[in-house]
Amino acid sequence: MSKVHVTTSVNGDEVEFLADPRETLLDCLRDHIGLTGSKEGCGTGDCGACSVTLDGTLVCSCLVLGVEADGKRVETIEGMADGAELHPLQRKFIEHAALQCGFCTPGILVAAKKLLETNPNPTEEEVRYWLAGNLCRCTGYDKIIRAVMDAAAELRQEAA
Amino acid sequence: MRYHTPTTFEDAAQLAAQAKGLTRFLAGGTDVLVQLRAGMVQPDDLIDLKKIAGVSEITRTDDGGWRIGVAVPGIALGAHEGLCADWPGVVEGMELVGSTQIQGRATLTGNLCNGSPAADSVPGLVAAGASVEITGPGGTRTLPVEDVPVSPGKTALKAGELISAILLPPRGENAGDAYLRFIPRTEMDIAVVGSAVSLRLDGDTVTEARVALGAVAPTVKLVPEAADAIIGTTLDEPALEALAKVASAACSPIDDKRGTVAFRTEVAGVLTKRAALIAKARAKGDTA
Ligand SMILES: Cc1cc2nc3c(=O)[nH]c(=O)nc-3n(C[C@@H](O)[C@@H](O)[C@H](O)COP(=O)(O)OP(=O)(O)OC[C@H]3O[C@@H](n4cnc5c(N)ncnc54)[C@H](O)[C@@H]3O)c2cc1C
Ligand code: FES
Ligand code: FES
Repeated sequence: MSKVHVTTSVNGDEVEFLADPRETLLDCLRDHIGLTGSKEGCGTGDCGACSVTLDGTLVCSCLVLGVEADGKRVETIEGMADGAELHPLQRKFIEHAALQCGFCTPGILVAAKKLLETNPNPTEEEVRYWLAGNLCRCTGYDKIIRAVMDAAAELRQEAA
Repeated sequence: MRYHTPTTFEDAAQLAAQAKGLTRFLAGGTDVLVQLRAGMVQPDDLIDLKKIAGVSEITRTDDGGWRIGVAVPGIALGAHEGLCADWPGVVEGMELVGSTQIQGRATLTGNLCNGSPAADSVPGLVAAGASVEITGPGGTRTLPVEDVPVSPGKTALKAGELISAILLPPRGENAGDAYLRFIPRTEMDIAVVGSAVSLRLDGDTVTEARVALGAVAPTVKLVPEAADAIIGTTLDEPALEALAKVASAACSPIDDKRGTVAFRTEVAGVLTKRAALIAKARAKGDTA
């Protein structure tokens, strides 16, 4: 099985790796680049724990091949905080206790960040629909939704 | 598995024609990767189409219709004002596919070629009278969308052939379309029944119509009898009843835990009535 040389930008850093063409972007992030923040909950696009953005579009990294990331920009949960400074969404998740085991959290944060970039003032319904592809077995979702709404409000004030 | 990135459809067709083992084309990968990972389909050759020029574009054709590239994801359809204004039913069918994440990848062409009888974007395309442009080793041909799926998971494409674009006809005046599906929850589920209607009005009278059903037969199907039931009517109560009856009669669904034969058959009639009324409202200028 011949491996393919892939060059991509991950959270602004250029990275290179050799991928078996069957490996997913999620496998490559975790096993070749050592970024284990993105999780595999299902591997079939259902749970969203592997959410990343690819050239700015929210995707499941378990449904993208590593070789498809060649020449593209990938943003993962590891790029969300600014050094030690948490992103407002991350802070609000802690404040609202919007996580228990935390397995779904990186994917939900990445998805929620993309939502607020697309729509800074979402209704609760819009948040719920946007995050319908992110499953959480622990929280019952309510605290997640509240944390996202609260972070959105904070971000809007900062922008104003 | 060999991974190919051809830059023209001719090269992609050539690669597919010469491949000895199992071949798959890669658009958004939301079916291909799931099947690959489940061990259901392990291609020897995977031909990624996303490096071919123009595959991510939606363009107006000379006749006023639309040409949709084979790698355009759902999210780009919904963001395209001109397409949404002309064919809201086609766009809403695709937008029902999966989650935000799936929308970032999944394409109309992949949804069609995967060959699921429950594919949500296909009834809307069939009702719209869409066709596909096919490139093969011997050149190109076009085929109506309803002739692409032949049985669950099987298409009319021959070895070496692939779809190079989806073509929507010009919408014209006083026309509208709509797609509705029934699922047991509000998101992330497979259609138990899907129904699409496209029609044109003269005043309040339907002058042209096409009706397509999903998930109630081995393939998505065009139902000409349903169109005949409403052409020449104003979609008054008797016409809607007749429409529901023929739509139900066209069903030969499977029976499973998600929907019995009786349920799917009845719901096909109900959804078709509702879709016809939405299409009519849109034909009269309703933009919802
Ligand atoms: C979590 C999840 C939820 C989903 N929910 C829904 C849903 O609600 N409704 C629904 O209808 N579907 C649903 N799907 C399936 C849907 O995402 C796919 O059917 C999708 O539309 C396929 O498009 P793609 O671009 O990802 O295709 P790919 O996976 O890239 O390809 C699919 C098939 O089409 C073939 N193909 C691709 N392009 C061409 C071409 N140009 N010419 C010839 N053959 C080609 C491939 O060889 C392959 O067999 C869901 C999938 C997932 C993972
Ligand atoms: S691991 Fe990718 S969606 Fe579940
Ligand atoms: S916190 Fe456990 S899955 Fe969400």
